[in-house]
Amino acid sequence: MTDAQWEVFSYQGVIAAAVLYFLAMLAYFFELATLRTSAKEEVAVGAAAPGGGSGTTAVEQPAGTSRRSEVAGRLGLVLTAFAVMVHFVALVARGLAADPNRVPWGNMYEFTIAGTFVVALIFVLSTLRLDIEWLGPLVTTFVVAALMAAFLGLDDAVLPLPDALNSPWLVIHVVSAVISTGAFTLGALLSGLYLAKSRSSATTGYLARVPEPKVLDRLAYRMHAFGFPVWTFAVLITGPIWAHQAWGAYWNWDPKEVWAFITWVVYAAYLHARATAGWRGRNAAVLALVGAATLWFNFIGINFFSSSSQHSYAEGAAPETSVVLGLAGPVETTQEVGVVVGADHPRA
Amino acid sequence: MTDLQPDLRQRPSDDRQATALPNDLTARELGRWAWRQLTSMRTALVLLLLLALASIPGSVIPQENIDSLAVSQWRDNHPRLAPTWDRLDLFNVYGSVWFSAIYILLMISLVGCIIPRLFVYARALRARPPKAPRHLSRLPESTSYTTDEDPDAVLARAARVVRGRRFRVHYVAGESDAVAAERGHLREAGNLVFHLAVIVVLVGVAAGSLFGYKGGVILLNGDDYGFSNNLTQYDDFAPGALFDPDVMEPFSFSITDFDVDWLTEGKRAGMAREFVASLDYRTEPGGATKSYDLKVNHPLSIGGTDVFLIGHGYAPVITIRDGEGEVTKSGPVVFLPTNAQTFESFGVVKAPFARPEQIGLEGALYPTFAMGRDADGNLTMPASVWGDALDPLISMSLWTGDLGLQDGSASSVYVLDKAGATQVTKPNGQPFRMDLRPGESATLPDGLGSVTFEGLQRWNKIQISRTPGKLVALTGVVLALLGLLGSLFVRPRRMWVRARRQDDGTTLVEVARLDRSSGGDPEDGAAELAEVVAALQDPTGGSSTITKEDES
Repeated sequence: MTDAQWEVFSYQGVIAAAVLYFLAMLAYFFELATLRTSAKEEVAVGAAAPGGGSGTTAVEQPAGTSRRSEVAGRLGLVLTAFAVMVHFVALVARGLAADPNRVPWGNMYEFTIAGTFVVALIFVLSTLRLDIEWLGPLVTTFVVAALMAAFLGLDDAVLPLPDALNSPWLVIHVVSAVISTGAFTLGALLSGLYLAKSRSSATTGYLARVPEPKVLDRLAYRMHAFGFPVWTFAVLITGPIWAHQAWGAYWNWDPKEVWAFITWVVYAAYLHARATAGWRGRNAAVLALVGAATLWFNFIGINFFSSSSQHSYAEGAAPETSVVLGLAGPVETTQEVGVVVGADHPRA
Repeated sequence: MTDLQPDLRQRPSDDRQATALPNDLTARELGRWAWRQLTSMRTALVLLLLLALASIPGSVIPQENIDSLAVSQWRDNHPRLAPTWDRLDLFNVYGSVWFSAIYILLMISLVGCIIPRLFVYARALRARPPKAPRHLSRLPESTSYTTDEDPDAVLARAARVVRGRRFRVHYVAGESDAVAAERGHLREAGNLVFHLAVIVVLVGVAAGSLFGYKGGVILLNGDDYGFSNNLTQYDDFAPGALFDPDVMEPFSFSITDFDVDWLTEGKRAGMAREFVASLDYRTEPGGATKSYDLKVNHPLSIGGTDVFLIGHGYAPVITIRDGEGEVTKSGPVVFLPTNAQTFESFGVVKAPFARPEQIGLEGALYPTFAMGRDADGNLTMPASVWGDALDPLISMSLWTGDLGLQDGSASSVYVLDKAGATQVTKPNGQPFRMDLRPGESATLPDGLGSVTFEGLQRWNKIQISRTPGKLVALTGVVLALLGLLGSLFVRPRRMWVRARRQDDGTTLVEVARLDRSSGGDPEDGAAELAEVVAALQDPTGGSSTITKEDES
């Protein structure tokens, strides 16, 4: 296939995966809906027969309706797993569409489809070892929304990499950033659920189906405990090594670096909070959500709002408004001669 | 639950908590109290969050040491706010007093927290596994069964089984009715390594910013133009506070050739790639000349100094003859690109010794010249349509009078001082302008002389930096990561097995397990407990009952 064909194929793959995620989401919603009706019946039965139907019966599904919801849940998971495979093929095709072939995370669109892939993959893999299938509705909703956003707002053609990005570190640095972003995103979903669940006394609906806050907290912790070392590796080891090679300084206080550091500090605070009396539970979960907010702000906000970041994707705007040298380089070294380096921003 | 459990569950990090201010204050008491506050986990947490918060302004407000041009623009746009921002150090957040205060307090807090824990850890390493609690069945993970075996035989086997699971075991036959075991000390070791490594990183980074330097130079291509590594040769130079010029390695280099590949098709047409500057360098005066292909992502390291290729541009070779026919200026003049794509560049040529009048030129270089057109097809401004020098043209205006170079004050070679100079005009009052292609000359009006555009030279912007301690910092981060892995994934836990003869002659065996990590999976704990019990029962098999208590 030619590069153009690969590119079209990749788009089709992403669309197919998005449709599958959407169907999986519908299956999960159907599962929830059937659970809700069954829980209502249960409550009605419980009210009729004193002593029956305690608050948690929604989890133990009554035999009559459980089959339908069970099938729907299974279907949701199978569809998600299938979508992950199609998603993977689309990613590979994206890499093959570039000339020369490269890893498919050269711009925001590519980073987003790679990041959502990791979120879905971690979820599917987790279901093999953990009882976490109830997270399906949230994961599929998130992935569908993120893929739509990538398609509508971030789409960018397959472009050759500028010199500064052309390095083996692109693979190592970005893949670890993508993986930890996926893990942190799942962790944030779980922490958010933890906060909602610990305030809710719902006996029906999604929250009733979700496990106890204690379990949610532990699962969230495990996602973060997995994500944090990978993030450390991405931000504080491979990032500086690459920055040193490409820009001549291992740490430049570039806005992207600053926010990656902020994210790191917030998650470090989260891990400490879980070991500190008075901070466990609610406060720690809030910290985890703050961490995820800084993470996504760094990914989206900095690229759109900061023109000074060397990681900026805001191409088009930058070269016209600023005086530019052709190579990516730290700005401070050129300021003496009145030149701002803004071209060829690394786009990862 | 008895009060036993919080005690057992207590992890070293909980040892240090903020306490209430004592009522009877002596200076000593106050100091102790303040130290306890500072080194408490809660304070460390607040400091961590403050550090995150304090980092934000630096990503929003332009920073002096990152983009001083943006800072001066910002100052111009906000004349009333700028002084306040200055007082708050907001243009230099990461070097400011308040930012330093936060991380220094954080480091003190960290040291104050870690050092006592080092001693605790050293003691814990030598200590025996803690004795079995009196009521094993009250622990959240516990089980029991009865058997006809002799208690001592059960315990001896239990010690063997648990030791086989890589626990440290304490059991002396006859001394006690229980086996105590513990494993997972590496978690706390990892924790300590992580926190100590943070200090190592800080030391490495500090060394780099105190003793290092970073400088830049624009170097014309060709053997005639060389750079040798001493202070006078830099265009810009940013030394650390404790920088000593004696550490500068005495290397020198020149750029023999520069290659660049312009993409001619596709959506990125016009983008330049695969920059290669061929370097001839010597590591010391009189040393052998070596060659190196300097590229982006491929710096040259000489000793502890790194040389980076970070920019390129054009330098028109211009000859100026003055009114008396003397060559008063000849050679390449560095023009700075004003556009990244087209490499339209701006430059200034000064001939202060021209007679009868000083000559100053100011204007643009268009590497591939074309007249711009507006929507109606009318010619507008001249422009460059390509970064490569396919059809170069310089378009210069002429100034004469006092160019401000006589009084000896510093002036930029990239700016024409027009305070004492006047622009030369044509008879019709329009500014005089010359448009020259390579090889062309223009005769200047008023008998000032002539200007010849001989051709184009290239220049490269080279950055040179020396960052001592970067390997220390890297080692620190790698150590921190290893420590982190240990502190997150090693699961410290204790196990106890107690066997007691009951009144009915059978032996009651109680097995309990205590997970001391956060985030441990109860399923894993239950599985380990079940495996140990199974191994204990294995030789006897059969007649015993297992009661497993609910996990609470």
